[in-house]
Amino acid sequence: MTRLARDRQNGWLGGVCAGIGRRYGVQVWLVRFAFVVATTAGGLGIVLYALGWLVIPAGEGAPGRRRLPTGRAAVEVALGTGLLLLSVLLTFRALGIWFSDAFVWPLVLVASGGALIWRQSAERPASEPAPAPRQPVSAPPRLPEGEERRRVAAAISRTGVGIVLVLAAGFVFLQTTGALGAARDVLLALLVAVVALGVIFAPWIIRLVRSLTEERSQRIRSEERAEVAAHLHDSVLQTLAMVQRRADDPGEVAAIARRQERELRAWLAGRPRPGQAARLAPALEAAAVEIEEAHGVPVEVVVVGDVDLDEHVEALVAAAREAMTNAAKFGGGSPIDVYAEGVDGRLQVFVRDRGPGFDTARVPDDRRGVRESIVGRMERHGGRASITSSPGAGTEVELVLESPS
Amino acid sequence: MSSPRVLIVDDHQLFRSGVRAELEPLLDIAGEAAGVEEAVRGIAATRPDVVLLDVHMPDGGGVEVIRRVAAGSDHAPLFLALSVSDAAEDVIAVIRAGARGYVTKNISGPELADAVRRVSDGDAVFSPRLAGFVLDAFAGPAPQPESELDALTPREHEVLQHIARGYMYKEIALRLDISPKTVEAHVSSVLRKLQLSSRHELTRWAAERGLGL
Repeated sequence: MTRLARDRQNGWLGGVCAGIGRRYGVQVWLVRFAFVVATTAGGLGIVLYALGWLVIPAGEGAPGRRRLPTGRAAVEVALGTGLLLLSVLLTFRALGIWFSDAFVWPLVLVASGGALIWRQSAERPASEPAPAPRQPVSAPPRLPEGEERRRVAAAISRTGVGIVLVLAAGFVFLQTTGALGAARDVLLALLVAVVALGVIFAPWIIRLVRSLTEERSQRIRSEERAEVAAHLHDSVLQTLAMVQRRADDPGEVAAIARRQERELRAWLAGRPRPGQAARLAPALEAAAVEIEEAHGVPVEVVVVGDVDLDEHVEALVAAAREAMTNAAKFGGGSPIDVYAEGVDGRLQVFVRDRGPGFDTARVPDDRRGVRESIVGRMERHGGRASITSSPGAGTEVELVLESPS
Repeated sequence: MSSPRVLIVDDHQLFRSGVRAELEPLLDIAGEAAGVEEAVRGIAATRPDVVLLDVHMPDGGGVEVIRRVAAGSDHAPLFLALSVSDAAEDVIAVIRAGARGYVTKNISGPELADAVRRVSDGDAVFSPRLAGFVLDAFAGPAPQPESELDALTPREHEVLQHIARGYMYKEIALRLDISPKTVEAHVSSVLRKLQLSSRHELTRWAAERGLGL
């Protein structure tokens, strides 16, 4: 047996009619018709619908068809709907289908104000995880500060309007029934009672709030720990298991360890962050990782003055990658040092190995092609490349890109 | 030349024994310490020439060891920081606390022994990465042009660049046509600037590691 719930997936407004229809096995349009008929009885249908919206819990699933617009459009639609409702009510009033002014107007105000406030608090739990001030190790993308602030401001102003409407309703009701004077006395007594209760229960309430906050931060901490544990499990422990199995192959073990080290460092540093512009340093690091994995040679990348990637800088990275490949192939397994410096619009990259080196005057044939691809590529993008090497002293490729700034 | 006595400070047993095994044939190992407290006591007891200091340890790490030894010990060894961390603030903080150099833990045994010897001779040891950080920190115009501590000379800049490019001191000397001693003098001068300069980048990095300088 299904519970009575608002069917937000098939509903038009809040899914009240669809929910009732589904729960009791009645055609939805019949239920809707009943509400429309009830509306002719002094707007009773509208009141009932609003009550249903507030009281009946929302069912599973997000609103399938978004009939309710958001943002600026929502304000316009709300205004239009309000005016339409007002004209309907006035028509009923003129026709004499009416309870009394003292009853209907406050009710309309309470309904609209209440709807604003209740919707507000109903939305909260769903969006709670997002605005919670947690700072996991992986530093997830957070809402832009302006966006966050704007949302909070909108929520506050909506709640404020709701409160004003409800208070106005009470005031109008008391005014028209002439009970305002008596209400003032009651209000005073109530105020005194509230203050007294506040004084009595304040310590307890504060304690409650504090323990809730504590519990919350405890939960966040344990969630973070779980996240770290999950990551270590997937990465470091796997790698350690792999290292144990490959213990007889030192080269392989070193490569595995180095790859894991890079991965863990990147994770600790929280890069690459989504939404971050592509930069030179991560691009060079990525190329270095590829070379390391392909050739089993350690590559150390040092970048000073990181810059944004454009097509020329990308060409520079590609050329540097070629140079690294070269160094890995002909450097005799020596470690490769990559140093990039972007200062005053001048971008320099050095790729160096400590291998056997060669006489640059007599370039071996098998190197000519690669050399062309490095030098040629740099020249096509307005840069230059030079290769320094001598037998026994390693090889260094220098790439320069002057950006017009 | 007698080989320098080395104390190894690291909170990882596995790493200490690994370093010890690599350095034992090349240097004189004075002992090991597994924490800040133990390191301070060990330095007073064994009086090593050089302390190989892990940056990340409980109770304040390497920075705390340097601070306490400087505050209350008649024997001041030379510190060489050795760490897996390559975060700028860690590197800069431990150098500003007084370490004579910084190398990362993936350095090879002979290279490490060489670095220890160089530190014990009074020189500074910069890994390519540290050189990169220094160039980064000193990039841009100096905040106080009258203070020579806040800017690198063109020659120092050149030397650091070569270190970052992976050149050994001897190779740098050859390329710049100066003596190896001059290269070492330049690096030591950079170290001094790194420790004493009031450049904003350096003080910020140091402050991030709780080093109120």
